[in-house]
Amino acid sequence: MWKTIVRRTLIMIPQLLVLSLLIFTMAKFMPGDPFTGKITPETDPNRIEELRELAGLNDPWYEQYAHWMLRAVQGDFGKSYTYKIGVSTLIGERAVNTFWLSLVSAILLYIIAIPLGIIAGRYQDTLADKVIVLYSFIVYAIPTFVLSLIFLFLFGYKLHWFPTVGSVDIQYDPGTFGYIWSKVYHMLLPAITYAILATTGVIQYLRSEIIDSKSQDYVRTARSKGIPISKVYSRHILRNSLLPIAAFFGFTITGLLGGSIFIETIFGYPGMGQLFISSIASRDYSVITALVMLFGFLTLLGSLLSDIIMSIVDPRIRIE
Amino acid sequence: MANKENKNEIVEVSAPATGMQVIFREFKKDKLAMFSLIALVIVIIGVFIWAKLIDEQALMRVSLRDKYAPPGDKFFLGADQGGKAILGQLIIGAKNSITIAIFITLITGVFGIVVGLICGYFGGWIDNIFMRIIDFFITIPSLMLIIVFVTIIPKYSITMFILILSIFIWPPTARLVRSKALSESRRDYVNASKTLGTSGFLIIFKEIMPNLSSILIVEMTLNFAGNVGIETGLSFLGFGLPPSTPSLGTLISYANNPLVLQEKWWVWLPASIFILLMMLGINYVGQALRRSADAKQRLG
Repeated sequence: MWKTIVRRTLIMIPQLLVLSLLIFTMAKFMPGDPFTGKITPETDPNRIEELRELAGLNDPWYEQYAHWMLRAVQGDFGKSYTYKIGVSTLIGERAVNTFWLSLVSAILLYIIAIPLGIIAGRYQDTLADKVIVLYSFIVYAIPTFVLSLIFLFLFGYKLHWFPTVGSVDIQYDPGTFGYIWSKVYHMLLPAITYAILATTGVIQYLRSEIIDSKSQDYVRTARSKGIPISKVYSRHILRNSLLPIAAFFGFTITGLLGGSIFIETIFGYPGMGQLFISSIASRDYSVITALVMLFGFLTLLGSLLSDIIMSIVDPRIRIE
Repeated sequence: MANKENKNEIVEVSAPATGMQVIFREFKKDKLAMFSLIALVIVIIGVFIWAKLIDEQALMRVSLRDKYAPPGDKFFLGADQGGKAILGQLIIGAKNSITIAIFITLITGVFGIVVGLICGYFGGWIDNIFMRIIDFFITIPSLMLIIVFVTIIPKYSITMFILILSIFIWPPTARLVRSKALSESRRDYVNASKTLGTSGFLIIFKEIMPNLSSILIVEMTLNFAGNVGIETGLSFLGFGLPPSTPSLGTLISYANNPLVLQEKWWVWLPASIFILLMMLGINYVGQALRRSADAKQRLG
């Protein structure tokens, strides 16, 4: 077990290295640099050149890469050209928002998906099952940005149930109850959208797992001993079917990260996904590279986490 | 003579249903899938014919007098900020989005299938190298890298866009095909063929691939739906097709302006509904195909 974890963690290092090289080279190829946008007829071209030199943009790429890598391992990704603050500080602020959004989404996801999956599996082929299967089918087919827009239009603009932009009302001071509530309130609509989009996987997994379990020997044994069906479900089937759901947690994180670009952009939610899109627009290399590295790292971590949980939960698929 | 005819009859009766028959039976059992298939074919052909009839230059001409004209007599689905008819853009956009998705699906399909089959059949170092590459692609944040890629190409065209997407999309197909090819290459018929001295190339493409065809069709169908989603999503974010080329995603992206989202629903809602219905249709067809590929799930 430990051997696997160590080995998997070690594999992550070359993967991250290749990713860093790739993204670094790509960022260098981006047309223009952060200073191009500042050139006006009045600016002195020598001054711009000076700034470039100072920022190290005129060094050969491998020197720049080595510099960047050395500092990156120490957690220093340089300074954002747009925001004039350290990249780590900037991303840190946004990461907190994305983290809370993902957490609330994950909680909502399980609140919605687990009961639906259980009902669909237990009452297989009934009307309820058919409705749930249809629901998960539609959700699977609809692209993230389409559902987000429709929800924003309906619940934000038409029904006025939720705020349509930002992460908090400016009238509240940090730390007060109003501030926290405002944060949660702003998070709710994007989180619900997120959660609904992710339900398909959990519902379908639970449903087929429960249907499978019904014909297993341990269920028949329990039934023949006279244990009532509801108890067989709560004691035996659910326990066996719910645990692997935990293993999906890692993949859920990965999925949420990918969707955050769309969701945060559409809902005007200041998280990492939105930061990425605005950094691309302003050619803020240091922020772009740091964000891609961070997302890459989190994706790897998510799949590692899933494998570990899976091997604990289900000894049959223990990885060697 | 009569005897021979008799024999033929018996053979016909006991022969297992071939691929096409199974698929046909599956669609006959599933009315929704049948309906989706027919509707999809009609819509796609309709979009392509209609797009031919539209004068794209006239359509894209800005006419400020018609700015945000609501649906009515002049414009069946209203007009956008530049007074350009939404209906026309919807048709051209759908044509572009569908064409691009088809090309990406074909490119990534062919590449993924060839790589997967070769890895699964030969194994060894070829497999090892490709699996490391595939692992790498699957664990990277590809959406972000595609966006970075699109921004570094100075004057990118539709072809460029298709190629960039293809680079990032082939790995899952290759991985699936590899795992199926791996188990298939252990079958007796492959071993028998090997002992007869058939070349690896022939075994892979003439013997293994036909046996995987049903899985490949399912994979390609669902990939197609996914590719429509990726192209329109990127165009929505502004990193897809060049702005002068209408796409379903570009139409929806007008909704990034809160005013349009709130009050000019005719600009973005039709394209959203079009995507949703098309995705549902493709997925229904894909499900029916999947059932015909897997004997355990069949309805008919």
